[in-house]
Amino acid sequence: MSVSVDVCDLSISFGSGATAVKVLPGVSFSVRSGECFGLVGESGSGKSTVLRCVSMLTDFWKGEVMIDGRSVRDLPLIERCRTLQMVFQDPYGSLHPRQSVRTVLNEPLVIHKLGDREERMRRAITDVGLPVSFLDRFPHQLSGGQRQRVAIARALILEPSLLLLDEPTSALDVSVQAEILNLLQRLRAERGFTYIMVTHDLAVVDHMCDRFAVMLRGEVTEILPHEAIATNGATHPYARELIGASLEYEGVR
Amino acid sequence: MEKTILDVRNLRIRYGGSPVEAVRGVSFTLGRERLGIVGESGSGKSTVGRAMLRLLPGATITADMLRFEETDLLALSEKEMLKVRGRRMSMILQDPKFSLNPIRRVGDQVAETYLRHFQCSRREAHDKAVAMLEAVKIRDPERVFRQYPHEISGGMGQRVMIAMMLLADPDLVIADEPTSALDVTVRLQVLNILDGLVRDRGIGLIMISHDLNLVRNFCDRVLIMYAGKVVETLKASDLDHAQHPYTQGLLAAQPRIGGTRQPLAVLDRKPEWLEESL
Ligand SMILES: Nc1ncnc2c1ncn2[C@@H]1O[C@H](COP(=O)(O)OP(=O)(O)OP(=O)(O)O)[C@@H](O)[C@H]1O
Ligand SMILES: Nc1ncnc2c1ncn2[C@@H]1O[C@H](COP(=O)(O)OP(=O)(O)OP(=O)(O)O)[C@@H](O)[C@H]1O
Ligand SMILES: [Mg+2]
Ligand SMILES: [Mg+2]
Repeated sequence: MSVSVDVCDLSISFGSGATAVKVLPGVSFSVRSGECFGLVGESGSGKSTVLRCVSMLTDFWKGEVMIDGRSVRDLPLIERCRTLQMVFQDPYGSLHPRQSVRTVLNEPLVIHKLGDREERMRRAITDVGLPVSFLDRFPHQLSGGQRQRVAIARALILEPSLLLLDEPTSALDVSVQAEILNLLQRLRAERGFTYIMVTHDLAVVDHMCDRFAVMLRGEVTEILPHEAIATNGATHPYARELIGASLEYEGVR
Repeated sequence: MEKTILDVRNLRIRYGGSPVEAVRGVSFTLGRERLGIVGESGSGKSTVGRAMLRLLPGATITADMLRFEETDLLALSEKEMLKVRGRRMSMILQDPKFSLNPIRRVGDQVAETYLRHFQCSRREAHDKAVAMLEAVKIRDPERVFRQYPHEISGGMGQRVMIAMMLLADPDLVIADEPTSALDVTVRLQVLNILDGLVRDRGIGLIMISHDLNLVRNFCDRVLIMYAGKVVETLKASDLDHAQHPYTQGLLAAQPRIGGTRQPLAVLDRKPEWLEESL
């Protein structure tokens, strides 16, 4: 249950005519099967947009996205959902305000005709460190971090092969972050999940990822192995600056 | 630190329909300083912040004291509270995009903050808003001004909230995870702006954050919350010498650059932490 991802010359513009803005001029990168690939870079540089394109939430892009050699455009919706799931940056927006946690988790199980629903829901909610009683809560009754954990549970419940994670732990305290990162590591080891993970925390990248791409204004400036963080082995000036600032911020220097 | 801006004693908050209190006897004071609040997800940090602005519909708030400058916040009518909220005391909410009106342009909402608090023309408010978006390092502020909330990135949303707060020019700022979606370079620039407000304008700043590096380097003091209580108060520079096992556990759970990539330490949460408070 492992898939590779090839993003080839992915480009997208928003708006039309004189006000059109090319947000991604042409992004390319490849993620190996079972790899954890990081996406870092300037706020507003297009990281979330890349994930939205790969997942087909936004579909008017040009270029090619191949999942295990098949164009993501050719995957039927049901198969796409079983193959890839996304955890959004903004957990409030991604949870329907009038749906209880139970409804949120149950819906995909019904659509995909999976059995043992109660058991699967209990496991998913426990995996993200929440008590089973939270199944009956509504989003507004949850703290920011609890909402994010529900969003992660929803992504995991269909056991996809590829997880697109948009700052999955930036709303969590570091002890809960540790539990989620350990869970993601374990799932990757046990089930061969592939991850593409957006984060601003280079310590998380160094801990989780094999390689990562540094983005600036819609372009990938450089792709580096995670070991390049501690030594600041980047050559592109922006990538060097970002890693340098992070080392200073972490007090590594 | 001469002047006390906020004095909170034995604050308790219960959400409607909930059998237990979300905040169970929190006390602290705030001067012209940067006070960090860290703590477990769900421990009540945002609830404490919102209580200062009385932004908790349906919840019961009690306290022995809830004083902001010369004002007893619990005694104010809702109408009087409107004059305090935003203008004198401002909160940067944790979910920027959720806090913005989804069907109105971002820039109009920023300009409106200025119009609401100051006498000026629409043109002037527009220019102020664009200048402020630029001050928080948003590239191409004129374009972002015209965008709708769903069209801006997470980090742009956070900076829009900060711009709105800056325009209102308040005396007390409660920032709930204001920079978590910003890359480190921009984050440092934004923190510098907030720092300037404390240094030059003498505001009080409460920073709710999960980022231990941020509170260690940027705040003066830190409150550590667990299950609705403050379990420890520290000078930020002493964070690494924390005594409470929850705080020590947080420090140990942090991934580090150049670390071993072994599974991270996780907390063994002890039932007795629920009851003690230091
Ligand atoms: N629907 C849209 N319409 C217009 N512009 C958009 C839309 N969606 C995204 N953009 C623009 O695309 C750019 C990239 O946004 P994106 O959300 O991908 O950034 P990001 O790298 O994820 O940033 P952050 O780290 O702040 O979350 C931004 O300038 C944004 O305004
Ligand atoms: N409207 C509500 N009704 C009932 N319970 C609520 C409501 N809002 C919050 N809670 C609960 O109150 C507790 C404190 O929530 P709060 O949002 O203050 O946490 P927090 O410390 O800010 O957490 P995070 O770091 O995850 O944002 C949580 O357990 C949450 O589930
Ligand atoms: Mg984003
Ligand atoms: Mg919160």
